Amino acid sequence: MTLGLGLAGLVGFAVLLELVPRLGLVSDQFLPPTSRILSTLADVVGEDRFWVALLDTLRTWALGLAIAVVAGVALGVMIGAVPVLRAATASTIEFLRPIPSVALIPLAVLLYGSTITSTLILVVYASFWQVLVQVLHGVADVDPVARDTARSYRLGQWATVRYLVWPTALPYAATGVRLAASVALILTITGELVIGSPGLGKEIAVAQESVAVPRMYALVLVTGLIGVAANLITRTAERRVLAWHPSVRQEVPA
Amino acid sequence: MIALNRIFLLLALPVALFAGWWFASAGSTDFYVPPLATILAAFDDTWFGPRLTTDVLPSMGRLGLGYALALLAGVALGVAIGLRRALRALLEPVLEFLRAVPPPVLVPILMLFAGIGNGMKVLVIVSGCVWPVLLNTVEGVRAIDGVLADTCRSYRIGGRLRMWHLVLRSASPQIVTGARQALSVGIILMVISEMFAANSGLGFSIVQFQRGFQIPEMWSGVLLLGLLGVVLSLLFRIVEHRVLAWYHGIRAVERQR
Amino acid sequence: MLTVTGLHKVYDGHGRRVEAVGDLTFTVPAGRFVCIVGPSGCGKTTLLRCIAGLLPPTAGQVTVGGKPVAGPPDGLAVVFQEYGRSLFPWLRVVDNVELPLRAAGLPRTKRRELVNEALDAVGLADAHTAYPWQLSGGMQQRVAIARAIAYQPQVLLMDEPFAAVDAQTRADLEDLIRTVWQRFEMTMLFVTHDIDEAVYLGQRVIMLSAAPTRVADDLEIDLPDGRDQLGTRGGPRFAELRGHVYAQIQKAKLEKTGAEARPRWGPDRGAAQARGTSAEQRTREGRHLSAAEPKRPESI
Repeated sequence: MTLGLGLAGLVGFAVLLELVPRLGLVSDQFLPPTSRILSTLADVVGEDRFWVALLDTLRTWALGLAIAVVAGVALGVMIGAVPVLRAATASTIEFLRPIPSVALIPLAVLLYGSTITSTLILVVYASFWQVLVQVLHGVADVDPVARDTARSYRLGQWATVRYLVWPTALPYAATGVRLAASVALILTITGELVIGSPGLGKEIAVAQESVAVPRMYALVLVTGLIGVAANLITRTAERRVLAWHPSVRQEVPA
Repeated sequence: MIALNRIFLLLALPVALFAGWWFASAGSTDFYVPPLATILAAFDDTWFGPRLTTDVLPSMGRLGLGYALALLAGVALGVAIGLRRALRALLEPVLEFLRAVPPPVLVPILMLFAGIGNGMKVLVIVSGCVWPVLLNTVEGVRAIDGVLADTCRSYRIGGRLRMWHLVLRSASPQIVTGARQALSVGIILMVISEMFAANSGLGFSIVQFQRGFQIPEMWSGVLLLGLLGVVLSLLFRIVEHRVLAWYHGIRAVERQR
Repeated sequence: MLTVTGLHKVYDGHGRRVEAVGDLTFTVPAGRFVCIVGPSGCGKTTLLRCIAGLLPPTAGQVTVGGKPVAGPPDGLAVVFQEYGRSLFPWLRVVDNVELPLRAAGLPRTKRRELVNEALDAVGLADAHTAYPWQLSGGMQQRVAIARAIAYQPQVLLMDEPFAAVDAQTRADLEDLIRTVWQRFEMTMLFVTHDIDEAVYLGQRVIMLSAAPTRVADDLEIDLPDGRDQLGTRGGPRFAELRGHVYAQIQKAKLEKTGAEARPRWGPDRGAAQARGTSAEQRTREGRHLSAAEPKRPESI
């Protein structure tokens, strides 16, 4: 029943978007009806150019996310494992974290132009913090009793990380990856839109400049669908990771 | 002694990084990376002159207005939707889709409707910020404790008292989470809407500096944006601490158990 | 004060039809302390929710103070088992107790008076400014009781209120609730699964059968009014009454599994055999355990 209602909602929304411009409530120059958007989408999907752009976006997103995750996990585990490091870096992290990555846009453009590198800087900077914060909380969550047990059995540093720290931190890391994936997508598109590096964001900017309004909406629809897909994938992956973990964790506020 | 230790740890790394930047860039002749001293000097001239009132404060004002409107709309709609199961089921997929659209993409779309003036910028911020607030409010309202709801019914606590104490305060931890996400989105959108298409504002000024190769001024703008993010985040934390004092209290007690 | 007539509740859903309450009929006169016991799953909570107006019955009627119940009735307060979840965590103790009075529109001075008296009655005069989660479980339940008292109800319903606290706290709370009952002269309907508690607290114990629930037995508790944990519980009369109730509950449990419903011990053995195995409905106030029957059960 819930599924039926949900589908009905989607259909209703599409119908609404069809009727509003057709009835003249809003000019169809600004808001093309759903049918026109969908037919434009069908055309767009047939273009090579679209697929090149899509792949560029996905590649930037995946690459940026991967770098952020690796760096975040590595640094998170290292810093988290040494209490002094943790205390010393806490203020710096709290200061750097809220800096909006879009502040880096002028710098990136200046140094690297309208290339993928510029956008990657944005993506990595923003996503890194999401992962780092979650992993730090995960490492801090290690049961002190278990830690003492490990020490009394003289488990080496590497073994402690592998058998104690990592399993505890894993669910947090999974949450961090989910949050980072969503942030990374937003910043990828942002970078392409504003900086002009190749990808769907740039295509949207081009469509906007040439006043190809239905095309613009069709591309926006595609980005929305990518976002939805990304959410679903990362949520499922996170749930899988949390499922076999004995204790279920709550998301630490980022 | 412990207090000194704490202060040391708090300041050591930031001071070291700052000093490192200062000295590493001191003799810099690279056009793109000027000495930190030059940047800081430019900071004062650039931002505390007339630009304060023509660009900085209006940008902040738009952010504030957009954020406030998004909070009001998000909470109001979120409560209305969250309390009715059928409505929630009907709207959830649509809302999830609208939330998944990367907010900056709304800038070119809203430009069609609202041009590049103040209205467009505020509208962009509202339309980006409202989703995290709305969806988190729906979540929070949905999770209201059944025993508490029964208590309200049996003591005949209704109307405004019920809305405030049962619905809103019950959902407030979740609403605050949404508000925090919305703040990040809001800052991004404020900057982007001004960088992409505008003729005034903080983001616009910084882009102008970058295009005009006024490098120290550009760097100072980057610094200002960074400071802005930090200060707003701090303000949010302070407000959150007051509003959710009871929630942090409960979690502290639970952790001890 | 409180009458339940032919109460019948059926849950329909997910392709299953569960008859939680079969046919419940009993009367509680004003000012009495009545306990309800039954085997687990016998619909005690369903009964309480119907009386409290939180759940509409499928058939039958409940009246409180002469008026039929169609929603939460006037002059009735409920204390739930889950004290942690029924108090507002963002309100201090004093605000928690005051909230229903604010909803009722009482003026501030009157509210303060009632709140102070209630908190005093439950022994929490010092805890006004604390938050509920800063208090122990027993104290939280006291706050819930204070909130009920301040509401000045004529009928107080309690749904296994002491099930989730430890034994020593439970003993204190039991004595507290009797004191409160005597001081404020309310009608008490106390649902519990703890047989000892029911006999200790009540002037009358209503025993329920397994689902579909009916009144299996109704026992007048003729213990003296001044009760205490050591003296009363240690006495022989307490043991008799308790034994009777226990036997009845066991019988109800066996009925549920379809086994032969004959108590294996206790003063009722002969009477049960004479009466037959089906549960009976009672509309009188209660049956008195005759003093002529053997004083000590034949076996425990």
